[in-house]
Order: sequence, then C-alpha cells, then structure tokens
Amino acid sequence: MAQATTSPLAAYNEHLKRGELGYQFSPSLNRAVFYPRVIAPVTGADDLEWRISKGLGTVHATTVVHPQQGASYNVCLVDVDEGFRMMSRVEDVPPTDVKIGMRVKFRVFMPPGDKDRDEDPYPVFAPVEGT
Amino acid sequence: MKGLVRGSAAIVGAAESDIGAVAALMSPIDLMAQGISRALADAGLTLKDVDGVFCATSQARTSAMTLVEYLGLPNVYTDSTIVGGSSFEIHVAHAQAALAAGLCTVAVVAYGSTQRTVGRRASSAREFNPYETPYRPFLPATAYAMAANRHMHEYGTTREQMAEVAVAARGWALLNPVAWEKKPLSIDDVLNARKISDPFTVRDICLVTDGGGAIVMTTADRARAMGKPPVFVLGCGQSITHASITSMPDLTHTGAIEAGRQAYAMAGMKASDMKVLALYDAFTINTILFLEDLGFCPKGEGGRFVENGHIGPKGGLAVNTNGGGLSYCHPGMYGLFLLIEAVRQIRGECGARQVAGADTAIVHGNGGVLSAQATVILGSAAAL
Repeated sequence: MAQATTSPLAAYNEHLKRGELGYQFSPSLNRAVFYPRVIAPVTGADDLEWRISKGLGTVHATTVVHPQQGASYNVCLVDVDEGFRMMSRVEDVPPTDVKIGMRVKFRVFMPPGDKDRDEDPYPVFAPVEGT
Repeated sequence: MKGLVRGSAAIVGAAESDIGAVAALMSPIDLMAQGISRALADAGLTLKDVDGVFCATSQARTSAMTLVEYLGLPNVYTDSTIVGGSSFEIHVAHAQAALAAGLCTVAVVAYGSTQRTVGRRASSAREFNPYETPYRPFLPATAYAMAANRHMHEYGTTREQMAEVAVAARGWALLNPVAWEKKPLSIDDVLNARKISDPFTVRDICLVTDGGGAIVMTTADRARAMGKPPVFVLGCGQSITHASITSMPDLTHTGAIEAGRQAYAMAGMKASDMKVLALYDAFTINTILFLEDLGFCPKGEGGRFVENGHIGPKGGLAVNTNGGGLSYCHPGMYGLFLLIEAVRQIRGECGARQVAGADTAIVHGNGGVLSAQATVILGSAAAL
C-alpha cells in the first residue's frame, strides 16, 4: 500500500464541505462500509471506493436525551438506503416525534460560531415531506 | 473458549475493597491493593505467593505497571487487557491459560475505581469520535437506550418490564449489608424518576460509586489443597462485536449469544444447569438481553420473563443476588463484582441472600456499549 495522501476522515469531511454524504463501498465485501477506513473490514482488501449517497434513509433507533441543563434533543441511528448505518439526529420536528421507521433526508449541518476554529460540518437528517 | 480445559483452574479467594464512598484521596491502585490483600487473606495466601497480576481500571493508563510497582512485584506475569466492564471475565480466561501454560501459579485479578469521588467524567474520559460525538450522545446511556428502543419496537417490551429489573435488583440489595441502596424501590419509582435518555430514567441506570476488589486464582490441583472450597472455572467465552453503538450488528442480539455458546460448550452445560446468574446490569435492558441471549428464555421474551418479581429474591430464578450494578455497587467497570458474588454463592457465604444448592453460576460481563461480551461458568467440586 502506497503512503496515503489523505485520511478517511479528511476525505469524508471534504465530501461534506461539498454538500455530499460520502461513504465507502468494498467490492470484495460487496457492501457499503461506514465509518470510512483505510482497508475493508473482514476481507482486509485495499479496495474501498468512495461513493455519494442519495441521502435518503430510515430511522432505525431513536432516543431523546434529557440533559440536566438545556433542552432535550434527539439522537438516532439512521439506516441509509445504500446499506450503511450512521449516528445522527432528526431536525425540524420535536425530538419526541422521531420514530423508528421514519423516512428521513440528509443535509449538512455547519456548526455555528467562530469561523477561525474551522469546525467540521456534519450530517443531520430531516423528515421526508409527505411520509 | 478454544484451548482452555474445563476445571483446570479455580478461584480460591475473593474480596471487595472498600466500596460505596471511599476515604478521601484514596487512589484506584490503593483499592486494588486493598482488594488483593483481602482476597489473599480469604485464600490463606500472602503477597509472596503471587506471580501473576491481572488488572484494569479506567483511571490508570498503565495499570499493570502501576500496580506491580505498588506491590513490589517486578517479575510477575502481567495482563491488563481492558475492554470495559467485562475485562475481568476475560482476565479469568487469560489467567486460566497462563496457569495452564505455567506462566504463573497464583494469579490475582484486581480492579479499583474512585469514580464517585472524582466524578464520572474525570474517571473515564470519553474519546472523541468524529462520527458520533457531534450529536452529543449521553454515553453510555444513549447507546443502551437505543437498544432498549429497538427491543420495545420489535418485541413489545414495556417500560414496566424494564422497571421490574431494577425493582428485583433492589430487592436483592436489601438482603446485602454492603449494598449502596438501602430503601425499597417500586415500579412507579423507576418510571417517575428523572429522565436521562428515553426510555431510561435514572433508576434504569447503574449506580455511580467507588469500589474495587480482587479474586485469586490458581491451578485446580493446588486449589484442592487449600483451606476453602475451590470454585472451579468450568467454561469461558468472549465475543467483541463492536465498539460504538453505530457498528453493533443487531441492537437486540448481543455478543452474549456467542460468548455463552463458547462457555456452555467448554463446560458441557446449558442454561438450565445454572443455579445462580450474575449478569452485568449497567442498564435494565441488559438483564433482559442477557437472559435471552444466554438461553434462559426465548429471544424477545425477556420482558415478560422478568415480570411479577421472577428474578427477585422471591422469584423463580436467582439473578444478581448482590443487588447488581443497579443497587449494590457500580464504580464504572462492574465485572469483578459479578465474579466475587458468584464465588460467595457457590461457597455458601451469602447469608440472607444465599441461594440453596448453588453449586453452579454463570457470570456474564459486558463492556462498552453492549460491545465486549464475556462469559465465565463457575462451579463447586460437585459440579466438576
């Protein structure tokens, strides 16, 4: 394996900065791989290809976190249609309204605040209209 | 576990260190040393006999090194495998292997934590995970909460059924003089407690205490010549299915299925042979999942199985007789206390909470977020 010129996380973040949800696919494993890695799990193959998700998924599990201070918020696991699962949150609805089976669509969340700190964007989801 | 021989090693000493809220400025290694001293006394041995040291704590990055320095034992065999709360069940398997290979002859397995004194955040700093941390999961509770959410969705498990687990644990704790919790608990108390991460309230979640302890292991032959009845290691198994909850293959089926399969195969036993169960109850859903995954009830039936106090002191199955991580003691990595209680039950030392005829026990450790599953089956000489 030649010396890497970019890390899996840096490549993922670059996709997000372009408004894309990037993920990897391994031909040897014949399935999506998430989180991004340098080799495929199980097969160990150096065959991970970057692909762009259509950004649609289904809530697999959900919880409402109740911090001792501040508002309650959603944390969930989303099964993205291309065959990988990720942690995220569903926005635009109260956290208690997020349910297993809900169809959701990806968007990029840009953490607010100091631009100099250069915080990385991260993916969140919102309910698909009309479902 | 492949390569280990049923009954080749035994636990010959077991003791807690100070637990609950310990003296100010006590260190995790102080508690390990206290546990080792008491467990060796229980075994009728001294520190000079020890040539194997196994330990883990979240508060010391190089705990074996620190403990060996503290004890003044530079040339012992060491292992500080750390995979969360089940580390100590894995240490039992590793110690059994080391004893069989002649790497050591008397092994101590030790733990110490001052989590209550220094605070949960200071005692166990979370690693930044770029794929999870931005969403602010309240870990580990949020991860277990999502497993509970799936269990409710797939099998109709209810909040009341999960509360039954906490109520049963409290019932046992009231029979254990050293348990942290001293007052009765009702299902309503659990349901109406402060919400943490849905569906859990604070009463679905293990305690935050200090504590530690140790067990002493040796070869079966040497164990038979010692003062107290040996508690033989009959079976071991482990499966580490993931580290973060996002990567758990199936939120309602844990690695306990595989860990238990390995341990039962090694022991030549099955669930119905187990007289006492010590299941890592960091959260109420754990007990339900492990009852299912270790074969005490069918998958999905765990909630109904624990109803009507079935796993409490007056129920049909003796589960977590010390009061568990929910009501007895939980300093962050609870696995060692499961082993201590199983040893005491098999020896018949448990007083008001003693289970009649407890010659076998299944100990099931859980580490991370349902991640590192490790099972140990223990038995008296009668169970060999």
